[in-house]
Amino acid sequence: MQTGISKKRRAYILLMRILMWLSAALTAGLVLFLVTYVMAKGLPEISWNLLTTKPSYLTGNIGILPDILNTVYIIIAALIFVIPLGAGAAVYLNEYARNKKLVAVIEYAAETLSGIPSIIYGLVGMLFFCSFLDMQTSLLAGALTLVIMNLPTVLRTTQESLKTVAQSYREGAFGLGAGKWRVIRTVVLPGCVDGIITGCILSVGRILGESAALLFTAGFAHAVHGFFEGLGSAGATLTVALYVYAKEQGEFGVAFAIAAILMVLTLLIQLAAMLVGRYFKKRRDL
Amino acid sequence: MSDIITVKDLCLWYGSAQALKDININIPEHAITALIGPSGCGKSTFLKTLNRMNDLIPGVKITGEVRYAGQDIFAPGVDVNMLRKDVGMVFQKPNPFPMSVYDNIAYGPRTHGIKGKAKLDDIVERSLRDAAIWDEIKDRLKKNALGLSGGQQQRLCIARALAVEPQVLLMDEPTSALDPISTGKIEELASALKEKYTIVIVTHNMQQAVRISDYTAFFLLGELVEYGGTEKMFSQPEEKQTEDYITGRFG
Amino acid sequence: MKKTNHAFESVIYGVFLVLGLITVGCVLLITVYLIISGIPAIREIGLFKFLFGKTWASTAKTPQFGILPFILTSIYGTAGAIALGVPIGFLTAVYLAKTAPPKVKAVVSAAVSVLAGIPSVVYGLVGMLVLVPGIRSIFHVPDGASLLAAIVVLAVMILPSIVNVSITALEAVPQEYEDASLALGATPTETYFRVSVPAARSGIAAAVVLGVGRAIGEAMAVMMVSGNVANMPSLFQSVRFLTTAVASEMSYSSGLQRQALFSIALVLYLFILLINAALNFFLKRSKET
Repeated sequence: MQTGISKKRRAYILLMRILMWLSAALTAGLVLFLVTYVMAKGLPEISWNLLTTKPSYLTGNIGILPDILNTVYIIIAALIFVIPLGAGAAVYLNEYARNKKLVAVIEYAAETLSGIPSIIYGLVGMLFFCSFLDMQTSLLAGALTLVIMNLPTVLRTTQESLKTVAQSYREGAFGLGAGKWRVIRTVVLPGCVDGIITGCILSVGRILGESAALLFTAGFAHAVHGFFEGLGSAGATLTVALYVYAKEQGEFGVAFAIAAILMVLTLLIQLAAMLVGRYFKKRRDL
Repeated sequence: MSDIITVKDLCLWYGSAQALKDININIPEHAITALIGPSGCGKSTFLKTLNRMNDLIPGVKITGEVRYAGQDIFAPGVDVNMLRKDVGMVFQKPNPFPMSVYDNIAYGPRTHGIKGKAKLDDIVERSLRDAAIWDEIKDRLKKNALGLSGGQQQRLCIARALAVEPQVLLMDEPTSALDPISTGKIEELASALKEKYTIVIVTHNMQQAVRISDYTAFFLLGELVEYGGTEKMFSQPEEKQTEDYITGRFG
Repeated sequence: MKKTNHAFESVIYGVFLVLGLITVGCVLLITVYLIISGIPAIREIGLFKFLFGKTWASTAKTPQFGILPFILTSIYGTAGAIALGVPIGFLTAVYLAKTAPPKVKAVVSAAVSVLAGIPSVVYGLVGMLVLVPGIRSIFHVPDGASLLAAIVVLAVMILPSIVNVSITALEAVPQEYEDASLALGATPTETYFRVSVPAARSGIAAAVVLGVGRAIGEAMAVMMVSGNVANMPSLFQSVRFLTTAVASEMSYSSGLQRQALFSIALVLYLFILLINAALNFFLKRSKET
């Protein structure tokens, strides 16, 4: 038996290990840098006044209350539409569809949707919702654009959890003489709540981070409205406001304050997605 | 005939469960030694200890001594990769890499630093010839190995193991996933290979042990119950447990 | 009684069928709208002049609508981001999938998913304030807002897709392959790179294609760091991508200029459809092996 592997092999192994380690360290380091940099620059800029007032050119005040409200409105409006549409499509694919070709077409369409850049959504949203359906530039038009964007997400997560609803439950329910709809309502839908919730969390994350699709559909006004009034008027979400403050107005302090808020929300959403996943996995394993 | 592997007081634990108990066995060169016994008796574990493939499993603890060519394989200075080059292995399920036939065979030599097309061509042909599969697939060297039949895949895996010029070939139930005809070919091959190599084969099939092996070791519940010439063991076993097993009373 | 029940179930079936077809409807809607609104300008300008014209001067007295600078910038920018991001993402994925201790793996994986969740405007903001000045002072160029800045930002943004899809592919490699390699005397590291990686190549290719799609479609972050001038692409010059060409002029455009922006979107959409087809091809192949 030879005593050991050659120097050349040793060098190769060492090199690859170092490269792997460096890459992983770089990736992790990047995240650490981004989070701390944004927090350090942004958190000191957050003040009570910033969070609770609206901007005014007269007083030179900058406040992001309207942007916070707009973000909340747009999330609510988008979820109201996307949940039934996405979950319904998943139920159709999993419970009703018999035609394999049709299923393939629908799934391919969903994959295509998830690959389309948000700027294109923005453009089509503008043409269809704002102009064709005459909604003007409004939160509702923005929310509906986001509905199309997030449809594949909710569809996929719901579909995944539907697959885990045991066939035996369905058969049990059918065996009791329940009609198809009854089985779906009482057995299938309750079983895929986790998928729907996961889909919602992911969608909220995407909506929070979205800007390109909203620029031309929801616009960038900063007025305070109630929910229904707000849906009918133009308004910037936090992300769009960040863009406008940083790029158009050079107000980097406010931009970083918003960035810090978005960063905290992003981390919370990650955490929520993880906890929800864990909670439902545990419940299912019982 | 000299012993190429000597094992002394070998014990092995998976966590707190003892899988091998005080194994003592000498494996002679240029012969086929069969390891038999019911499922979970430790024969596969023992086989994998000989080329230290058990090192991969977390929580494994080993005591005792295994010497290959006089060298303690667990000694600190031993390079496990060099041990595995000398003590090759063929697995239960044929596991060719998802690459061409040629690249499968050339993988080992390339890993060990052999370059040059002529040299590699030579090794590929020799290994495939040794594994008695050259004539069948010499026109398909550039084709994906996963396209071969199960039996061909297993002989390819044997050729792949031979390509790094091992001294010992460990075979872990190499025919359990194959049809009778393919099994026959592998058995023939094993008998032919013992001229050049030492073979240790785990088998569930006692007829197979009788057909091809020179020595047989019978394992039960982690212990080596009996070890000796195959003919003798199957005609006049010394231990009652061996007799019960080979006559099919359990397992 | 039985009959109404049957009718009821049919109605429910119809409702779900419609819901199921909505994704298809959306894709058709997007495609039709882009074609309808994208074709007129191309007709008026001329396909060749539009695609291969080197000058974009949409608001000049005699406007010129050549989008070659945008197409090339998008291609170069994406290629650069891939060249930078893929090796790092790929090596990170091998590390996480194969050798990382469980705790390190958990931490780095969490970091990667945070990276995926950060809004693109935040990348743009940090890019504007860290990267752009950094490039200006390191390379002594008058303005750091350049193709290079966009490439770096895009490389970071595609990392999570590359890492996650590669990890999935690498973890799906059967243990038997790796065992066979180890039994031949290859070390674990050699095994990962010479057996596991080739075995996962379709999945890794899918990861790269996904990264291409992400990079070519990104608008806002790129808009904030690339300077936004319609130059032919050059590493240290201000450039405009297909996406940013649409985004930067849309709000004040009108007439032929506006229609030309739709045509740019159509070109971008065709790129994306191609990339999606490639992605599907690789994903399918990776499932088969």
